[in-house]
Amino acid sequence: MQTVVSQTSPPQKSFLYDPKVRGIFYQVVLVAAIVFLFYVAATNAIENLQRAKIASGFGFLNNTAGFDISQTLIQFSAAGGTYGDAFIVGLLNTLLVSVIGIFFTTILGFTIGIARLSKNWMVAKVAMVYVEVLRNIPLLVQLLFWYIAVLGTLPQPRNSLEMGAGFYLNSRGLFMAKPLYASDAWVLLAALVVGLVGTFVYRHWARKQQEQTGRQYPVGKVTLALVIGLPILTWIVLALVGANPISFELPRKGTFNLTGGMQILPEFVALLLGLVTYTAAFIAEVVRAGILAVSKGQSEAAGSLGLTPGQTLRLVVIPQAMRVIVPPLTSQYLNLTKNSSLAVAIGYPDLVQVFMGTVLNQTGQAIEVVVITMGVYLTISLLTSFIMNVYNRRVAIVER
Amino acid sequence: MSTAVDMPRFVRAKQVDALPPPNLARGPIAWVRENLFSGPFNTILTLVVFYLLYVTVPPLVKFLFIDAVWSGSDRAACRADSGGSEAGACWAFIFDKINYFIYGSYTISERWRVNIFFALLAIGVAWLLWLKAPRRDLGAVYFFWIFPVLSYILLTGGNADLGARFWLGFAIFAALVIALFAFAAAILKTSMRPALIMGGGIVAVIGITLALVDIDFGLAHVPTSLWGGILVTLLVATVGIVVSLPFGIVLALGRRSKLPIVRMASVIFIEFVRGVPLITVLIMANTMLPLFLPGDITVDRLLRPLIGTALFASAYMAEVVRGGLQAMPKGQYEGAMSLGLNYPQMMTLIILPQALRIVIPGIVNTFIGLFKDTSLVAIVGIFDLVKTIEASRIDPAWAAPTIGITGYAFAALFYFVFCFGMSRYSLGVERRLAAGQKR
Repeated sequence: MQTVVSQTSPPQKSFLYDPKVRGIFYQVVLVAAIVFLFYVAATNAIENLQRAKIASGFGFLNNTAGFDISQTLIQFSAAGGTYGDAFIVGLLNTLLVSVIGIFFTTILGFTIGIARLSKNWMVAKVAMVYVEVLRNIPLLVQLLFWYIAVLGTLPQPRNSLEMGAGFYLNSRGLFMAKPLYASDAWVLLAALVVGLVGTFVYRHWARKQQEQTGRQYPVGKVTLALVIGLPILTWIVLALVGANPISFELPRKGTFNLTGGMQILPEFVALLLGLVTYTAAFIAEVVRAGILAVSKGQSEAAGSLGLTPGQTLRLVVIPQAMRVIVPPLTSQYLNLTKNSSLAVAIGYPDLVQVFMGTVLNQTGQAIEVVVITMGVYLTISLLTSFIMNVYNRRVAIVER
Repeated sequence: MSTAVDMPRFVRAKQVDALPPPNLARGPIAWVRENLFSGPFNTILTLVVFYLLYVTVPPLVKFLFIDAVWSGSDRAACRADSGGSEAGACWAFIFDKINYFIYGSYTISERWRVNIFFALLAIGVAWLLWLKAPRRDLGAVYFFWIFPVLSYILLTGGNADLGARFWLGFAIFAALVIALFAFAAAILKTSMRPALIMGGGIVAVIGITLALVDIDFGLAHVPTSLWGGILVTLLVATVGIVVSLPFGIVLALGRRSKLPIVRMASVIFIEFVRGVPLITVLIMANTMLPLFLPGDITVDRLLRPLIGTALFASAYMAEVVRGGLQAMPKGQYEGAMSLGLNYPQMMTLIILPQALRIVIPGIVNTFIGLFKDTSLVAIVGIFDLVKTIEASRIDPAWAAPTIGITGYAFAALFYFVFCFGMSRYSLGVERRLAAGQKR
């Protein structure tokens, strides 16, 4: 007990001046306020739900839906489908339009972004006008425009526009040949997979070789041959043998309607067009900023090392620009996915339209439906930003 | 000393012939050659673009202006002529419906109040955006307090008729607030005066606001169900910015706070809101807000999406403000602390004025996004500009094939003018701020 060390006592002041005490006090107040808010909301909700005789819980997902959905990627019928099935149909439709939209908007956005930097005055100005106009008009107005103004003026099914190669266009959408897979179609898929794996292995090997010996191998041509050439070759071989892995069912023109083939809803086309053109304007700006962020000295240095302009772009400018481009590009992809919820305005059966619209109205279970729908979007967002962070850590410049 | 290098391979032995002079360095022809036809690829590109313009621009001009119908009172004017020529855009429809597009169904005799609201809004926006305007601090007070209160009175008619019991309750509340401040000052052994001024100030602001809302100015009550058109579009945008800027700043400060629970609460709110589409937030506000309130309180149908958009915009604003806070050099924080300023003083006097200034372009860009997003309230049944066009489009008196396109062209023009103007402004500010950074 003799280890008590006498300290010089600190200057006397109220413990209320201690930042730690104050911090704890503020946080306790905040927690109390939040808890109180949630408590009031929860008790009111329970009371209101009881008064309105609305069931709660997620049991409704197993109830029969009783409505039809115009575009379903899985088997779904009004009689047999449950609300849970409707949720999956809506989710798949959202993912479908997002994935296809991301694919096309990337191509369009990069094209326009590079066009804005073109030395050709005409091209640069047209790209600029495109970006300014599309960026400054709300997506909803654009979607309604595409849907009502453009697709609404298409002819009736009996006067379908024939576009050749089995494509027909009318007010019910775009009709095209539907591929029918025979039982031996898996061979083609296998060829594609082999091609992809082969490409991956070859690229890896080519890079190793280049790092060791400095010799360059024709990566692009080999990739093309493996990914596209191999499946086509397989197909030809199969056709020569007599097997027919994929046949096409063409839409046939009847008296009043087209039968057979594959139908793409006009809502889908309008949504896709709107999302792709709108997001491309933003991606163009991202790409432009990324390329401008690579300092001129980099390309000059590359030129003085003897790289051709093509090599400079491919090996020096783009890898560095990508570092700047990718994070905002991902957030544009996320925006596209979130904006696909505007489908509800034109009636494309996406997650929000099916689940937050029809299912919510039929069941009245607002809390569960809203929680599930928001959860889906939140999961997509958080997952993407997690992957993004990992990628960022990989490509970030290591600073000393 | 001879080197082993084979000299002739590196050193030119013969004089090179002089290059011919550039044939034309100036003038329009040289410019065209340089910028449009500098090579085979460029020439093809130029021709393709010219073709694209040829395909799109003349029909557009023809539709919007040459063939357009400028006057008329019903659909007959906008239907294709019997002569076979096609009718273009039906601007007569816009002129006929313009009052509906601006005011919605707002009581006709009271529409002057909406005009005053537009004027007040213009004054507030100009005051805040014009960087050299006098007394921008008063401008902020005007925009975030006086203007909202006046607008509320003007648009709804005010006269909330709160009653004596409410005021009795308010008096007790006021006494409690002032007592709380006095108590805090007593415990902290600081001087009583500033505490009383602060408590009194808070009570006064709330009291004046409530009193103004309570007084009967003799304005007729106009229910929100009648509001519509550009009025609602601007209203949603205004409420969004008036709420989201202060709330966004609070969230940004929360996210940068050293207190873990405060930080966590801010991060959860911001990331949650940013992770979901606005339309789900609006539907949530529409369906869930009434559930969370006691059964006898009903939320105005216009108020629900207002709350939704305001919260949504706050999260985005918070991220913009956070960018500004992070861009402040650490020395600014340390300097403020070494002067003995406490946290509120440091933030309001040193950090925020500088941080907010550098994020003005970001704030304006967020606001452009918010302004475009206001169109989504149409989906939850609020009569904003898009919805009024939707409603007029199906008016049988104006049933003609070009009505839809004309209506959306008008909406597009309206949004474009506002958004493009704001983006130019933000670009200008960006350049001005960058000019200060140049050495």
